Amino acid sequence: MTWMVWTTPTAIFFSSIAAMLAGMTLWEILSPTIERKGFLPISTTRGDRLFIGLLSAAFIHLGVIGFTTLSIWIALALSALWLLVLMRWG
Amino acid sequence: MNNKVQNNRAWLLVLPMLVLVAFSAIIPLMTVVNYSVQDVLGPNARFFTGTEWFESILNDSALRAAFARQILFSLTILAIQVPLGIGIALIMPKRGWQASAVLILITLPLLIPWNVVGSIWQIFTRGDIGLMGWGLRELGINYNITRNAGDAWATIILMDVWHWTPLVAMLCYSGLRSIPEAYYQAARIDRASKWAVFRYIQLPKLTNVLVIAVLLRFMHSFMIYAEPFVLTGGGPGSSTTFLSQSLATMAIGQQDLGPSAAFSIIYFLVILLVSWVFYTTIMHMQKDKNPHGGA
Repeated sequence: MTWMVWTTPTAIFFSSIAAMLAGMTLWEILSPTIERKGFLPISTTRGDRLFIGLLSAAFIHLGVIGFTTLSIWIALALSALWLLVLMRWG
Repeated sequence: MNNKVQNNRAWLLVLPMLVLVAFSAIIPLMTVVNYSVQDVLGPNARFFTGTEWFESILNDSALRAAFARQILFSLTILAIQVPLGIGIALIMPKRGWQASAVLILITLPLLIPWNVVGSIWQIFTRGDIGLMGWGLRELGINYNITRNAGDAWATIILMDVWHWTPLVAMLCYSGLRSIPEAYYQAARIDRASKWAVFRYIQLPKLTNVLVIAVLLRFMHSFMIYAEPFVLTGGGPGSSTTFLSQSLATMAIGQQDLGPSAAFSIIYFLVILLVSWVFYTTIMHMQKDKNPHGGA
């Protein structure tokens, strides 16, 4: 595993992604998702909305890092907020 | 709504593939992410740099220029190859030995490896021995891909059109063949013009294959490497240096593993975004067409 040069932040990052996927699987088993249409132009399932949320989170982070001097924690907070809005009303 | 039997045990059959993908894609990708936040000098000498590499990559003017060139290149070849591919598919013979012969002739460029395509065009455009380079010079046209950026661009686009339009044409050809004859008979009864047949029968029936063609051509051209590398080496200056060549220079030429890891992640995210948008569009169109059949 040393060749993968792990760091604590990246380990936390990938663990959270894994936890999200596991959580989504459990949630799906307990109450299967129903495809529906929210404010997004397409009808989505829960998993679609998580994917859209994570992908836009990546671009929010890139935008904050590259084009502003704001802290990366602001990007994280924004992304988390956006993910919640998306999961609930997307 | 959906009366298919759900059986989640089928997922077990996907497991071997998942393991394979984990080793070939997910674990390497995780390593790239790890590299992108560090300065790795050796097995025991590495320093955490946080988002520094991402900042420098996103603010690198040379990379921004390469990104802009890449977008321009992809859009240009799409704007040429898609209409041209449709046109070729429309005039291709429909049956008999001519159809097979034309199909084989048209597919030939697709069988040539990328490096070889670059070499072919490199020789073809040389002023001293290349047919095109020599011919243009004899006609009095000052053509030189190693000095003039416009010539280099035109040649790369011409090369890509020559290499990949057949793919678009083949997809469109198969799309056209799947239109039932009855549509054309109805059009003949209505005395529809050739344009009307194209606009209201052929083009709508081609939408699905066209989306696939655009997706394939976009992703492919967005990652183009070998052909311009062999033909122009990214020159003159950096006028034909596209993203993957910038990345290769950074990662292999300069051994800047941290910044190139950050660059790779950004590159990957852009391609992921575009592919997802295209994929969703395709699925969405199919769903709109048969809302009860499921996607």
